[in-house]
Amino acid sequence: MTPVNCFLQVIKLGQLTLIQDYGRYGFSPAGVTQSGPLDDYAYSWANHLLGNEANCAALEITLGQAEFVSPVDCMIAIAGADLAATIDEKALENWASHRLLKGQRLKFALARNGLRAYLAIRGGFQTGLQLGSASTTQRESLGGLHRDGSPLVAGDRLVFLPHILDKKSVRMTFRYKPDYNLPIRLRVIEGYQAGQFPESSLSSLYRQVFTVTQHINRMGYRLQGEPLPGPSQAMLSEGIALGAIQIPPDGQPIVLLNERQTIGGYPKIGCVARLDLPRLAQARPGQKVQFIRGELEELQLKWCQWARFFGY
Amino acid sequence: MDLEFSIEPVAECSLLIRFVNPVSATLSVQIGELASEIMGKFSGIVINVTPSYQTILVDYLPYRMDQDEIIPSLRGFITACYLSPECLEERVELPAYYHHSVGPELALYEHDGLTLQDVIRLHSEAVYTVCAIGFAPGFAFMTDVAEPLRKPRLKTPRLRVPAGSIAIAENQTAVYPAISPGGWNIIGNCPLKLFDPEQSPMIPFTIGSQVCFRPISREEFLDLGGECVFPTRNSAGHPIT
Repeated sequence: MTPVNCFLQVIKLGQLTLIQDYGRYGFSPAGVTQSGPLDDYAYSWANHLLGNEANCAALEITLGQAEFVSPVDCMIAIAGADLAATIDEKALENWASHRLLKGQRLKFALARNGLRAYLAIRGGFQTGLQLGSASTTQRESLGGLHRDGSPLVAGDRLVFLPHILDKKSVRMTFRYKPDYNLPIRLRVIEGYQAGQFPESSLSSLYRQVFTVTQHINRMGYRLQGEPLPGPSQAMLSEGIALGAIQIPPDGQPIVLLNERQTIGGYPKIGCVARLDLPRLAQARPGQKVQFIRGELEELQLKWCQWARFFGY
Repeated sequence: MDLEFSIEPVAECSLLIRFVNPVSATLSVQIGELASEIMGKFSGIVINVTPSYQTILVDYLPYRMDQDEIIPSLRGFITACYLSPECLEERVELPAYYHHSVGPELALYEHDGLTLQDVIRLHSEAVYTVCAIGFAPGFAFMTDVAEPLRKPRLKTPRLRVPAGSIAIAENQTAVYPAISPGGWNIIGNCPLKLFDPEQSPMIPFTIGSQVCFRPISREEFLDLGGECVFPTRNSAGHPIT
């Protein structure tokens, strides 16, 4: 008996639809960056709603305009930005799983709030791994469907394993649902060169309202505000943790994300809390951001709770 | 060498080990070894290590071992770890084609009074130590470049530096493993593929590796798959010497 070919056919795609699993770990010594989903909260929910393993490959759809069809029935889930998703023109609830029957059109339009949506499928997309991960890193030519860091294009086929469909959607309870229109407040774990910044820079960091500039991508988010003077001495490059807030000589903060360089020599004032990075990842140019001093122990505890919940 | 260090948390899942010992080839060899030992010993808890000149960033899972346990554990491990002061691995030899067609900044050195032969000799007779790997996969920062060859980075970085470009910035030298923007001074090209995710190991060096450059002829360069990508003739059709 021949197995049925299960794949999601890409009919149409926006600029940046990337295959992402949780990321590539253990390769920093070679300069290979972790990659993975910028909003790991939405990514994890999309998998969780399907009962998937935490690391299943999903699609990170940035900005929108995507269309898919499957030749067989399948169970999908969407989370993250509201991209006005529909199945055969019928609106889909966000942060929920859905039955996608054979021949039906799954469409994503432009983001109504937020920036990136995650599309997961039961069992994950079977796309093959490179250095242990399916995650796409364009600037390193790694991962993705073609194992070269390229984004998906129309005509691509995303293989999945045959699976059972649920009778009804599984929804996330509303209290876990983020509101991307609310002000963005990022908790900061001070560290790295924080002690070398003048006190006035630190108070300015917490007092100001920063603006997200046009210069945002998977490497990081550049913010704009009153410059924050920092240490003037050149420093040796050191490992950069996810969420590190780098302050180059121009005094404008850059929050470094999944495709950051593994090491860097600009001063850092600390890191944005892991729990708050998903909110930043959904911020669009022009949105306002504020920083609050965070408490490491409390943030660690909360992160661990989510890690256990999702099964990392 | 006795290692003096501090361990500080920088994020929920990250610790920064900072060595007080001054930057040196020996320190790099030991940092390289230590990073690898830590990954092995704390397997399942530590998911990544990022060694660099004087630091190692350790990414770990605090729900498997909490911060209050892992910091003293790491401290004890580093203190007790026997590390050889010398790189035990073989010296890495990189073929290098030094020529204007692949090294546009050779002209700058000529202007300083150094002949091509001088540059080749000064660059290739040194044995370098890899003290950091980053910026891009396989980009290894190596020290120490001979005094006469030290130059600051270009004022305006190039948008595209060809893969294999051998470069110098201050006291460091490196090879760009893939085409990328770059601000270092380019003096030649290495035809080998320095980053190959399909191979094991995917790069020929680690922190602490000893590296030297072996000058090769144009013929050997082309045989090894090298490409002359910088223009050899200017817009008027005259050769750029």
